[in-house]
Amino acid sequence: MSAPETVLVRARGVHKAFGPLEVLKGIDLDVAAGEVVVILGPSGSGKSTFLRCINHLETIDQGFVEVDGEQIGFRLKNGRLNKLTNREIAAQRSRIGMVFQQFNLYPHMTALENVIEAPIGVHKQSRDEATRYARELLTRVGLSEKFDAYPRQLSGGQQQRVAIARALAIRPRLMLFDEPTSALDPELVGEVLATMRDLAKEGLTMIVVTHEIGFAKEAADRVVFMDGGVVVEQGPPGEVLANPKHARTRSFLSRFI
Amino acid sequence: MSGFNPSDDALRDVKLAHVPFPLPRVALWAFTLAVALGFAYIVAINPNFGWPVVAQYFFDPTVMQGLSVTLGLTVVAMIIGVALGLILAIARMSQDRLASSLAGLFIWFFRGTPLLVQLIFWYNMSTLFPRISIGIASWNTNDLITPLTAAIVGLALNEAAYMAEIIRGGLLSVDKGQAETAQAFGMTKARALRRIIIPQAMKSIVPPTGNQLISMIKATSLVSVIAMADLLYSVQSIYNRTFEIIPLLLVAVLWYLLITSILNIGQSAIERHYSRGDRGLTTDKKKENPMPSGAVDERA
Repeated sequence: MSAPETVLVRARGVHKAFGPLEVLKGIDLDVAAGEVVVILGPSGSGKSTFLRCINHLETIDQGFVEVDGEQIGFRLKNGRLNKLTNREIAAQRSRIGMVFQQFNLYPHMTALENVIEAPIGVHKQSRDEATRYARELLTRVGLSEKFDAYPRQLSGGQQQRVAIARALAIRPRLMLFDEPTSALDPELVGEVLATMRDLAKEGLTMIVVTHEIGFAKEAADRVVFMDGGVVVEQGPPGEVLANPKHARTRSFLSRFI
Repeated sequence: MSGFNPSDDALRDVKLAHVPFPLPRVALWAFTLAVALGFAYIVAINPNFGWPVVAQYFFDPTVMQGLSVTLGLTVVAMIIGVALGLILAIARMSQDRLASSLAGLFIWFFRGTPLLVQLIFWYNMSTLFPRISIGIASWNTNDLITPLTAAIVGLALNEAAYMAEIIRGGLLSVDKGQAETAQAFGMTKARALRRIIIPQAMKSIVPPTGNQLISMIKATSLVSVIAMADLLYSVQSIYNRTFEIIPLLLVAVLWYLLITSILNIGQSAIERHYSRGDRGLTTDKKKENPMPSGAVDERA
């Protein structure tokens, strides 16, 4: 992909603990606009938690996260850092798309209704405009015949593609993928990864937490390997995946070969 | 396994199978029907039930008046009860300690005391507080608390306490990922509740609410103690005069059953509406799982 220029996401010294359990022990990470970053790491390494800190689904205990020049959850004003209201946080999230491991489609709405919900409700688009764009997006992810299907009538792979269309419908500056294929049957993983590869090619800024080494190899601009709540190493997939410097990275990758 | 004769194969096609006549089932049906008809006949010809009297008073103006009071009280108290119950449920689940404690206190008190006692207290509020004042405005309590307002307030507040727990249970039954997703998409809490959480919670809220509504119709008969002429009170006032106790109670019973039946039909329609996302579960899955749509297959 193109060389990184403007920094879209900036995380500095991010700490997070759940009770006595320290999950993140100081994460620093920059993501450039248009960059595709894949975060790898064993379960419990804190990678999903870190992803959820970026859009403030988890509050962090220390450090800060910035997206597009705005600090998430707080505002620095006259040297004082003030907490934002729920409404202001909602506004910050409104241009960050997220795709969940369990899809989390709204089960009482059809595929199309799922996709137009936020554009109409949060972004105040007209129903016609939102519907037109939603049809386009659903067609793009290969679901042109499923506009009126309810989530339960769709396979896991189809549901996840609806979820991707739903996240794209808000015209996100940043897309977060939280283990998007982990809940899928093996034969359905391919269709979701294919959709994600297309998005990566189109220059969307993506942070992907996954166990799919193959996807990292093909689509990532940078691979970040996390373990024990810290970033162990990072770099282009060719380096990190082919020549890992750290023993922990090597032992993690060896399980996939 | 021996004994299969290949020449029978054509006859073994299950498409050709017959269902043997289900004689025991039919006999059981016939027997049950006969008993039911027999019972209905005995009740119908028994003069002690006074069916002509039932017919005579079924649309009596006093009864109609009582019926409208019962229906009116039920509808108004239920609407207020559900609305207030929703607010209480949300307050009870809120992170705000003050809100959740106040809601908890309300629910504790109104569920923990008999409705009859609550009604009597509301009706006699003027003996406790002769005047009610808010700021500079002040009213004589007896002008505010008529039998009607005491009945509505008493029934509605009691109902709200029960509905709060039903609604809270419904909200808790919705997968946590749904609220989180709504949040991640930048929805405000109010919008997430209205568009995402409540519609899904309705599936578990509607059946017990139907139950509440039906109990409410009958609970309204308690208001006769504070001189409200509901359906039961109206037939009582007639039989106190005519001594035709059983026929007039039958009038009330038939009306209660009729209303309840109509409500049941309404309830199943509402339940169908809120479970629309569940339909087509088995049939569609079979068709689509093995072969996801063609365009994507090629790319994958």
